[in-house]
Amino acid sequence: MDQTFWQLLALAPPGWGGVLLTGLAHSLEIAVGGYLLGLILGVGGAVGKLYGNEIVRDLMETYTIVVRAVPELVLILLLYYAGTDALNRLMAALGRSPVDISGLAAGIFVIGVVQGAYATEVIRGAIKAIPAGEIEAGRAYGMPGGLLLRRVTLPAMLPHALPGLANLWLIATKDTALLAVVGFSELTLVTRQAAGATKHYMLFFLAAGALYLALTLVSNIAIARIEKWARRGMPQVHA
Amino acid sequence: MSAPSPLRGWLRPHRLVMLALALGIVLWAVLAGDWAWLPKYTPLLLKGLGTTLAILAESVILGAAVALPIGLVQVTGPRWLSAPAQLFCTVIRGTPLLLQLWLLYYGIGSLFPMIPGIRGSFLWPYLREAWPYGLAALTISFAAYEGEVMRGAFAGVPRGELQAGRAFGMSPLKLFWRIWLPRALYRALPTLNGEMVLQLKSTPLVATITVVDLYGVISRVRSATLLTYEPLLLLALIYLILTALMVAIFRFFENRLPTRGA
Repeated sequence: MDQTFWQLLALAPPGWGGVLLTGLAHSLEIAVGGYLLGLILGVGGAVGKLYGNEIVRDLMETYTIVVRAVPELVLILLLYYAGTDALNRLMAALGRSPVDISGLAAGIFVIGVVQGAYATEVIRGAIKAIPAGEIEAGRAYGMPGGLLLRRVTLPAMLPHALPGLANLWLIATKDTALLAVVGFSELTLVTRQAAGATKHYMLFFLAAGALYLALTLVSNIAIARIEKWARRGMPQVHA
Repeated sequence: MSAPSPLRGWLRPHRLVMLALALGIVLWAVLAGDWAWLPKYTPLLLKGLGTTLAILAESVILGAAVALPIGLVQVTGPRWLSAPAQLFCTVIRGTPLLLQLWLLYYGIGSLFPMIPGIRGSFLWPYLREAWPYGLAALTISFAAYEGEVMRGAFAGVPRGELQAGRAFGMSPLKLFWRIWLPRALYRALPTLNGEMVLQLKSTPLVATITVVDLYGVISRVRSATLLTYEPLLLLALIYLILTALMVAIFRFFENRLPTRGA
């Protein structure tokens, strides 16, 4: 029995181990890409919410409320179809031939938009936690907005934002599984295919679970290190 | 509260423009979209909504019931109880819900028929259906996330209050019922709203194992009518309303509870 299990999980083609690892790689690509896009959207959203005019603030508020209230699965379907459709209509309007959007790009876009809404709230809270004097000092030195953001606001908010951002990373890795529903061959979908083909459902789902869990645990170790680095020089806090 | 008229403060000129724009978009979606399917599917949609709400309520109640002991043993239990509870929380929170759901439905579900005699047992009618697996997966997930919250809540009850109870000669059980549990629930309550919204947003996953919830009905509409946007937009709107209702209900109860900070 054990023999066949290892044969099924073997990396070479008769076994499905290689397929699972490729799926994990796809999941990781989307998670990393979506997370980075989400961070960019989050910084933009937070700055817009805190320093924008009334219209910008209300638009950001609408974005975060809608994205956080609608299930990720529904958003993924909507953005996946609407996103590709809108892009192709734009291309048609510009007189170009329709482009075939890769599942990877669409997946990164979708996860990024979802992550961006949560990241906006995390970063907004973190920026508000910075002592006002630090930002005022920067302004008093005549720093322009962009430089102030890069040199003062973002580094100073990092320790406050890290727990929330770390959580978001873990959510991003798990949200990639939802792309299985739109047929993107990430880890969960290839697992189901492998399980369906071999009828060894338990084996493959448990194997995929172990991969996801390993990703989470490795991430936790990395997060602990990053947090320690970001909090250097700050007083110790006991939770 | 402090503003003389909250509505006047809220309805500023730019908001009126944005409202008009939003209404225009809704109107455009209603007029330009194809909604002929809606009357035919309304009964099914209502049934799907019922299924979604039922699964949400059941999984939250069952999950919270499991979460209490899981949180408690991690704070006060012996090692042989706290270690498995911690492992449970880590494993469930570290893997995607969709994977857990499929593991239960396809994996465990495929093992059951191999057990001799199970087809004759009273359990078989349930094991053959999809929703028990969906409910089980959602319950386990809620128990793990809420268990983590309860752990923090139990640990966060000030020592002095427990010591005071002990000084009054309360038995450990009475101390638990009278002081520790109520105080912990009190601390966990504000997070419950967020957890329930997250749980609501997880319920559509059960449609992937053929449970016909709200999302399942919409998928059926989409494959029957070949429409892409209209059903999905309606679905998003329904979830938005459900979330808003949930937040409003919780806010109502939170305002009635006399809380002082957290």
